[in-house]
Amino acid sequence: MKAYSYFPGCCCDEGTGVAYGISTRAIAAPLEIELRRLADWNCCGSAPMWALDSAEGACASLRNLALAEQAGLDLVTHCSSCYLMLRKAHTVFTRDTALSFQLRRALRSAGLEYGGRVRVRHLAEILLDDLGPEAISRRVRKKLTGLRVGCYYGCQTVRPQGIDHPEFPTRLERLVASLGADAVDFPFKTRCCGASLMFSEDGLALSLVRKILESATARGVQCLVTVCPFCQINLDAFQRHVNGRFGTRFNVPVLFLTQLIGIALGLEPRSLGLEKNIVLPAPVLAAYVG
Amino acid sequence: MNDLREELYRLPGGEKFNLCIQCGTCSASCPSVSAMRYSPRQVIALVRAGMVQEVLHSNAVWMCASCYMCTVRCPRDIQPTELMHTLQLLAARLGLIADRSPAPAFYRAFRASVKAHGRAHEFGIMFNFLLGRPGKALRMLPVAISLFRRGRLSLRVPRTRGASELATILSALRQGGESETPAALTVAQGGVSA
Repeated sequence: MKAYSYFPGCCCDEGTGVAYGISTRAIAAPLEIELRRLADWNCCGSAPMWALDSAEGACASLRNLALAEQAGLDLVTHCSSCYLMLRKAHTVFTRDTALSFQLRRALRSAGLEYGGRVRVRHLAEILLDDLGPEAISRRVRKKLTGLRVGCYYGCQTVRPQGIDHPEFPTRLERLVASLGADAVDFPFKTRCCGASLMFSEDGLALSLVRKILESATARGVQCLVTVCPFCQINLDAFQRHVNGRFGTRFNVPVLFLTQLIGIALGLEPRSLGLEKNIVLPAPVLAAYVG
Repeated sequence: MNDLREELYRLPGGEKFNLCIQCGTCSASCPSVSAMRYSPRQVIALVRAGMVQEVLHSNAVWMCASCYMCTVRCPRDIQPTELMHTLQLLAARLGLIADRSPAPAFYRAFRASVKAHGRAHEFGIMFNFLLGRPGKALRMLPVAISLFRRGRLSLRVPRTRGASELATILSALRQGGESETPAALTVAQGGVSA
């Protein structure tokens, strides 16, 4: 069983993406992955903190990296924003400029050091590279035969650099296929859902969500899967808003990839937080549960 | 006016403003371009023309969705996303209110939450941000209710020992004094390597 330091991130720990955290931890044991929660972790700073004062954003991320370095394991997160921010802090720090001197001194005030030795990885990379679709396939107990699944990558999982090609990724489809499901390609799978703008510019963000849902449903997907908590909430919780605003009738469940894997592993829907989805996936998954 | 431009140029990556060939690939790739006062290509052109203030007063930089599509497509490796972030930082520093864009207020609510709790408390952030925006609050209410019903919006404020340690680190960051070129600005150009 391979062990990792686990960085849940604020949103997936007990916030709007809580089902991502629940389902990730649920599939870890059957997939023989050990996730050791980073004790006393703090927010990565995320885009807002980095934008207002990027040295502060870097410090927020670096404290986590310093803690992970003490643990001596790869740092795994399943949030695409945390993934980006933690790596960005690492890059900025290890570039060894006047700024990294300043950041090092700030860390030291709390008795922390960062030596630049932590590998930050997305959970999807663990599933793809350390485990592999074949190994996951061998553990499948409920094949998802006939289920038409669209993989929505969004932005920060693949851009500027990430788990796959920035514009034409295909690796999540391999994971979905390993569960026995039909991975359905759709043109907007890497288009931005506008998650970071949903509060400041909701009109714009809703129109972006609409285009993605249109693109996916035109290909006949029964559900979407994502590996980003913000993509999930945007496509799921704001779907009714989109319908209200544009007169559309979308009713597409948007699952975390970990939830779909859990179903295929034969886990209980409740242990995967499926009841927390706004568009309930139960009707689509009925044939594969129980 | 042009002091600002020179400052931007001096930053690591800032020289890239001059590499732009105005091909417009960034604007064509941008999901927000229709709502921007100036497109990403125009933002770069304006900065080069010394019109940094105009850019900072517009909503353009706050409309950036940070999707990095322009960055991966730019034929000159300019990383327009990072340039937008640098401009956001500069706007925040100078206290320029951009076309009444609510994004900076949302960012500040977020940062306040992280500073207070060590983690982002989503309910608190939404509450603070929407308090003075009744129209928006009303539009968001149904979503908030559905999230709350599904157990996805926690009222509980996160408590972590990390919060005080983070506070120590952030205050130590300030004690070094502000450097002439805000060192913080250089971070925005850091980008990400795999």
